[in-house]
Amino acid sequence: MSENQPVPDAVKSLPWPEQYRALSESAKAPVLKAFYEAGCVSEDTPISEVPMVALDFETTGLDSEAHSIVSIGLVPFTLDAILLNQAKHWIVRPRLPLHQTSVTFHGITHADISDAPDLSEILEEVFASLNGRIPVVHFRHIERPFLNVALQYRLDEGIRFPLIDTMAIEAHLHPDRQPSFFKRLVGEKPTSIRLGDSRKRYGLPHYAAHNALVDAIATAELLQAQIQHHFSLETPIGNLWL
Amino acid sequence: MQAELIDIRNHLIQHAPFDEMPEELVNELTANIEISYVRAGTQITETGQTSTRMYYVRSGAVEIFRRSGELYNRIGEGEIFGQFGLLMRGQVRFPARALEDSLLYRVPAETFHHLFENDENFADFVEIEDRSRLRSAVSRREKSNALMTSRVNRLISRETVSAPTTVRLQEAARIMTDQGVSALLLMDEECGATCDSERLVGIITDRDLRTRAVTEALPSETPVSDIMTTGLITIRASSYVFEAMLTMLHNNVHHLPVIDGDEVRGVIALADIVRYESQSSLYLVSNIFHQQDVKALKKISRDVRDSFVRMVNEDANSHMIGSAMAGIGRSFTQRLLELGEEKLGPPPVPYCFMALGSMARDEQLVVTDQDNAMILDNSFVPEEHDEYFLALAKFVSDGLAECGYTYCTGDIMATNPKWRQPLRVWRDYFTDWIENPKAQALLNSNIFFDLDGIHGRTEYAEELKALVAEKASKSQLFLTLMARNALNRTPPLGFFRTFVLEEDGKHQKTFNLKRRGTAPLSDLIRIHALASGSRAQNSFERLKSIGKTKLIMEDDLSNLRDALEFISIVRIRHQALALEAGEEPDNNVRPEDLSPFERSHLKDAFQVVSNAQKFLRFRYNSQATRHV
Repeated sequence: MSENQPVPDAVKSLPWPEQYRALSESAKAPVLKAFYEAGCVSEDTPISEVPMVALDFETTGLDSEAHSIVSIGLVPFTLDAILLNQAKHWIVRPRLPLHQTSVTFHGITHADISDAPDLSEILEEVFASLNGRIPVVHFRHIERPFLNVALQYRLDEGIRFPLIDTMAIEAHLHPDRQPSFFKRLVGEKPTSIRLGDSRKRYGLPHYAAHNALVDAIATAELLQAQIQHHFSLETPIGNLWL
Repeated sequence: MQAELIDIRNHLIQHAPFDEMPEELVNELTANIEISYVRAGTQITETGQTSTRMYYVRSGAVEIFRRSGELYNRIGEGEIFGQFGLLMRGQVRFPARALEDSLLYRVPAETFHHLFENDENFADFVEIEDRSRLRSAVSRREKSNALMTSRVNRLISRETVSAPTTVRLQEAARIMTDQGVSALLLMDEECGATCDSERLVGIITDRDLRTRAVTEALPSETPVSDIMTTGLITIRASSYVFEAMLTMLHNNVHHLPVIDGDEVRGVIALADIVRYESQSSLYLVSNIFHQQDVKALKKISRDVRDSFVRMVNEDANSHMIGSAMAGIGRSFTQRLLELGEEKLGPPPVPYCFMALGSMARDEQLVVTDQDNAMILDNSFVPEEHDEYFLALAKFVSDGLAECGYTYCTGDIMATNPKWRQPLRVWRDYFTDWIENPKAQALLNSNIFFDLDGIHGRTEYAEELKALVAEKASKSQLFLTLMARNALNRTPPLGFFRTFVLEEDGKHQKTFNLKRRGTAPLSDLIRIHALASGSRAQNSFERLKSIGKTKLIMEDDLSNLRDALEFISIVRIRHQALALEAGEEPDNNVRPEDLSPFERSHLKDAFQVVSNAQKFLRFRYNSQATRHV
């Protein structure tokens, strides 16, 4: 398989553990090779036995092709415990200029990033926390595509992995989020599946700060609550990952 | 710690013991936390499990149980559990279950031990058992008041001034003037060569010379022994100043000879003690005796509440405040009786005026009604004499009401003919109550068996005390039924959020510190005192005499003393705060009115009361007749 060649569909349709094995053969970059070699649990593994890592990126915008990662927060966890002593947070230098609007949102300024490393300098550290774990995010259209594009750009290779999206779980639990015309008339509001609003439904506390690590922790707590309320410790990971 | 974890750290440092933890240790703690979400109903730890961590409740609520399955505590946001098992390096002591969906911060054993070894405050917080925590809270408070830390011998500033009892009045007055003292100790010389020191037999004061010698126009060569006061009330040199104050208050004397073993070390006067207080309640007491009518008494009764608030602000303990307030109440009563006798003439037969309840126990506070009775001489003939005693009782009772001591709603007053009876009738009453302990008899016993003769033939009251001490200790049935009654009022389990937590897990918005705290305690102390044949009336004094009988272990007695002191002082402070805010003081407290310090120690104190009630139940094998 030559460089830049896309992953063949035959590989993409393999179950995740086999797909990782195949990708570990074809991957060139050592970090990616190590990532796939660490393996993936099979889809019938009970969720309570799955090592996970909650992952959150702050970015300069929503389009992975046009915007960049500004910071990365992650925390390894299981259904039983979120391990703060393994929590990590990095600010990275974005490829593209910071947009004023995103600065006001995540509070990372030009001064913060002028000394920050490029993502390529911390990749090994980041992957040390990802290897062997299933990533958990809130809203799957950020972390996976942004990481994929960032790696394409730096290593000439993308990345593939299954993940759990706590927002997708909320969306699934609240299929009728938009109230009917009649209910809107009587003042019913749509059910929000944003991170903070979802957490409120489980009695989880409000976090004042907004940074990638706090959001990662918040996401991990949300998944613990979701599983205990709506699924079971025995639920196979295959029912949850996307 | 990652700087981004500040949200988590900031939550910790709002709560004890993390609020006082050095920054680097809190950071280390934060960095080692494991977060875990549990649903309501989840068993978090179980008895017999190995303890591997301490828990901090970030949100939600957790219930802790005893091994018996009884609710032990309910823990909310910012509180910890699981520390005891870790300290024992062993098994879970109290199983825990999530009451609500909860987010828990788990502290691994290794981190816990690191904090324990490097932060003394943290170690104290988690290690000290509830009761020793209560002990240190009580003693820390008491140490802040000089009256409770200074001993009497420090007040003695000069050699004892004494004279033989044979000395004449004029000579005595000359010695006192030359030496510049207001009291002269009188020694018995009969002792002769057989003993090393002379024996102290009497005292004469400035006031005695004025009132007993000069006003009576006694010849100057009269021996002092004719007018000296004998049967002296003394104080030991090693006593605390506040004990001297209590003694003066209780006996209404202004001079106390100080004794060290057999030796007389000196005399302390009212003025010596008053120096320790900015404006002494002792002054108020002596002032009461200078008032010439009810109107004047009513006027100075307004100072009582100021005096109370001042003592609270000077960190006096509950025994001092209770005794001072009782001393003041007793003085009003005594002065009213003097005024009544002046108005109605001398009593036709001897009598004793008796204080009951909290005044008799020296545990009076500002919100109080009058409980009193009269013991008349056995020569009393109702048709001939009762008109006088009714008039006197009414005069005193109305006067007390004027001075702020409201009429007793249960009509326990000398104005009630039932409680204005000759000594033999009282003996019959008391004997009947003990031998036939029916419901009403038990209620009466609770009120009348705290008694104190305060005027007239106080020996009548002593005779009744002796009767109670003798008979009650021998009547198992009486004690058993008294114990059952004492179990009717239980303390709350503790606090949970802004509520009072009851043993059955229910919540209340307020609770009554008297009904649920001090009253159950003094009830159960009374029973043990009766069982030990003690004649003491004050609860602290009763605990001392119970201690001599070994009826209760020394440790348990100290716990009871600390619990009584702490609950009383919270109640006292609650009333003082109301007075300062210009509100009418009461006994109802809301948890939000309490400081975190008070909440946590009150909980410990309730635990002591509850254990003591269990002991009482076990000892008398009795069940409560009804529930509060």
